[in-house]
Amino acid sequence: MMYNFFLFFHNNSGGGLMNKDEYQKLVKKHEPREKKVENVLYAFLVGGVIGFIVEGIIQVLMNVFLLSRVDAGVWTSLIVIFISSLFTALGFFDNWMEKAKAGLLLPTTGFAHSVTSSALDYKKEGLITGLGSNFFKLAGSVILYGILSGFILAIVKVIIHG
Amino acid sequence: MIFIWAFIIGGLFCALGQIILDNTKLTPGHVTSLFTVLGAILGFLGIYDKLVKLAGGGATTIISNFGYMLYKGAYEGFLKKGILGFFTGLFTYGGAAIVSAVVFAAVLTLFFKPKD
Repeated sequence: MMYNFFLFFHNNSGGGLMNKDEYQKLVKKHEPREKKVENVLYAFLVGGVIGFIVEGIIQVLMNVFLLSRVDAGVWTSLIVIFISSLFTALGFFDNWMEKAKAGLLLPTTGFAHSVTSSALDYKKEGLITGLGSNFFKLAGSVILYGILSGFILAIVKVIIHG
Repeated sequence: MIFIWAFIIGGLFCALGQIILDNTKLTPGHVTSLFTVLGAILGFLGIYDKLVKLAGGGATTIISNFGYMLYKGAYEGFLKKGILGFFTGLFTYGGAAIVSAVVFAAVLTLFFKPKD
């Protein structure tokens, strides 16, 4: 009886402390992972919605303005780039980018945002040394590696297939 | 059906980008460059045009489409003009994105100030 009581007490206090420690450890271990899952879901949803809206605009331009699919696609990317540049200039796109992360970074919205935000940020440092030299500060690597990979792969394709 | 695929493909690209961002030390600049090159490679392998046919706007709105467009422009340039076409054709499709981003950013910069 006494033994049982002691055991119970011991288990209880010991177990309680252990649980608290383990709980803390679990919290630390799982917090970033849950945040990561949340981030991925958010990026998926935002990216999906953008894809959906872009396809919607393309369909409207094709059916209402009777454009070809290719022309409608170009017009749509102009619209998306204009809207993201405007929202960046108005100042609330940065917050959206922070929340949606890759969901707004990987669509064309991210490209337009990077150009407009570096243009705005360096405007006060002068037209040449500020605006001019920093215009492609963030988008430059996309353009550089896009051109290089496109150019090289086109040559490889020609060599392989003629 | 194309709307559902637009959602799924657009979402998958962004989810993949987010996974890379969260689990590696790569910055957003690295990831966008990586996806651009990935687009050119998928174009080279003949996969990206299938993605565009399947998902429409879901595939064309991703930055990978830019890499694919540059590759496609360079290759079709060669078919039309030979070696010179690699240089003159590269921006045939991808140019609009750069020109519009530059023009809109420059014009908007005249009228707006950076916040804080």
